[in-house]
Amino acid sequence: MASSSTENLTPEMFEPVDSDVNEQEALRGTRVSFWQDVWFRFRSNKGALIGMLLILAIGVMAIVGPLMNSYSYSEQDYSATNQIFAGDHWLGTDKFGRDLWTRIWYGAGISLIIAFLAAAIDLIIGVPYGCISGYCGGKVDNWMQRIIEVLYGIPNLIMMILLLIWLDRGIFAIALAMSITGWVAMARIVRGQILKAKNQEYVLAARSLGASHGRLLLKHMFPNVLSAVIVTIMFTIPTAIFFEAFLGFIGLGIRPPQASLGVLINDGFEMLRLFPYQIFYPAAVLSLLMFSFNLVGDGLRDALDPKLRR
Amino acid sequence: MSVAEPKVEKILELDQVKKHFTMGRGQVVQAVDNISFHVYRGETLGLVGESGCGKSTVGRTIIRLYEATDGEIKFKGQSTRDLKGEKLKQFNREMQMIFQDPYASLNPRMTVGDIIAEGLDIHKMAKGQERREKVIDLLKTVGLNEEHADRFPHEFSGGQRQRIGIARALAVDPDFIIADEPISALDVSIQAQVVNLMKKLQREKGLTYLFIAHDLSMVKYISDRIGVMYLGNLVELAESQELYDNPLHPYTEALLSAVPIPDPDSKESGERIILKGDVPSPIDPPSGCRFRTRCPKAMDVCAQEAPKWREVRPLHWVSCHLYQEESLKKEEENKAE
Repeated sequence: MASSSTENLTPEMFEPVDSDVNEQEALRGTRVSFWQDVWFRFRSNKGALIGMLLILAIGVMAIVGPLMNSYSYSEQDYSATNQIFAGDHWLGTDKFGRDLWTRIWYGAGISLIIAFLAAAIDLIIGVPYGCISGYCGGKVDNWMQRIIEVLYGIPNLIMMILLLIWLDRGIFAIALAMSITGWVAMARIVRGQILKAKNQEYVLAARSLGASHGRLLLKHMFPNVLSAVIVTIMFTIPTAIFFEAFLGFIGLGIRPPQASLGVLINDGFEMLRLFPYQIFYPAAVLSLLMFSFNLVGDGLRDALDPKLRR
Repeated sequence: MSVAEPKVEKILELDQVKKHFTMGRGQVVQAVDNISFHVYRGETLGLVGESGCGKSTVGRTIIRLYEATDGEIKFKGQSTRDLKGEKLKQFNREMQMIFQDPYASLNPRMTVGDIIAEGLDIHKMAKGQERREKVIDLLKTVGLNEEHADRFPHEFSGGQRQRIGIARALAVDPDFIIADEPISALDVSIQAQVVNLMKKLQREKGLTYLFIAHDLSMVKYISDRIGVMYLGNLVELAESQELYDNPLHPYTEALLSAVPIPDPDSKESGERIILKGDVPSPIDPPSGCRFRTRCPKAMDVCAQEAPKWREVRPLHWVSCHLYQEESLKKEEENKAE
């Protein structure tokens, strides 16, 4: 069949098609920026979307929840201790008769604040440190990495406990204790990304145009490092929440009568045999938070770097 | 491409330029070693050689992305080593580079308009409406149009991206452009489009090119003169027709024999010279002539001393003992012993 059809072909059949050059160069479809593209991919990930909504819901409840009934987080009522359901105490009361609904949302808020604060400190120290280390390279990089290795060698739990004994156990102190070694991981990731970006041809092109160091770092390298930073943050926050809960559980959490999820779980643990509902509520909120943050983190990682999935 | 045009001004001169990279543990990669050549204003000098022979390093050293270990590079008669301040800014405007990988050479987070205007911004050459007009002008110069300015690089094809890279280089009105394998990452059908654009721009703007490539037929098409590199050394440099007709260096001969001739009936396609062995490591290059380990015509003298870089015919430079009388004499003595 092939041979018979080739005989029918004539040179006239192979004239170039008259086409407009501009037509060929035209781009179809709408303009899509990087972040629009990320949002599109993130949105199509059901799990990540649910996680984000849950985080938002818990965040809103942490603000609104304590205001929804008339009790405050520290108000004690010895006539109504350890009630499962007691009138307008929606989730019951603890051993001092404090309203659990108010305390759980208040505690969730404190936990979230500590986690975000810890992530912010990581960001403020880790990102510039990693940028400078990676960008300068050579001796500077060498020394900065040795310092990081020393910090990495210190067991962070011991460091945290010592710091919390020494400092007043407030929100800021706990966040600081967590980021005193936490920023190291961020700095390492940023350094690695900067090292990778430094030899990309678009950076070389900017250098050959005479771009200053500041311009190279801020306009060319940092925007390309940003996605790695965001993903790291999304995994730092649940880790910080978890660590805060752990510190609260071993009695190094925030001072009573303030509460965090860890402190509440610790309180509930004391009453576990008699009133198991008291541990259930804060534990459920903690699990949901961790779960949601991990879902969002995974979703963001896939959305920011689709190549990673393959 | 006529031979021996009266080319007066040397826009770029390299004298015994070396670029060595320290790899730690005392290992030194001699990526570029003792290279001397010059580029005349308005010409295209092609630089060919296989992967890893130091072509790109030469280009990057010239534009100061790397600092030369030794030797002198003069641009417009002035040494580029200690440029500072305003002089450096001027140098950055006058010399530009087109990169190899059209997917890596454009910042994915910037719009095409901002990428092209980068040079304008850095050198504060235009602002606001004037900047926009210049960008559109440049886009049209490279065959793209106005609406492309607000798009992001990932929306373009390889050929379009490479043209955006050319527009970025042109934004600062350079005289001299180093094209570092600008077409090797493109489809063959697109290669001609980009090369023809470069030729057109050269005619219109009087540009000088250093064209780095490994595609010999494309280099011959665009270049006035061609230099051949092997393992960090320049082994031969001549007018392109002269180089193709009378290759002197054994490496050039082997390289040219590998160029396919697109004519099945051609009787010309002579013997293909197959070199034995692999390219030695630039960390520990062979003594004397670096090509001697694979050279079919190697002599004893080749291992003893490095051949001199000399003009054996008018405008035809070669670095090989076969074309140096004293070397041949020495070889006779070696044999006699």
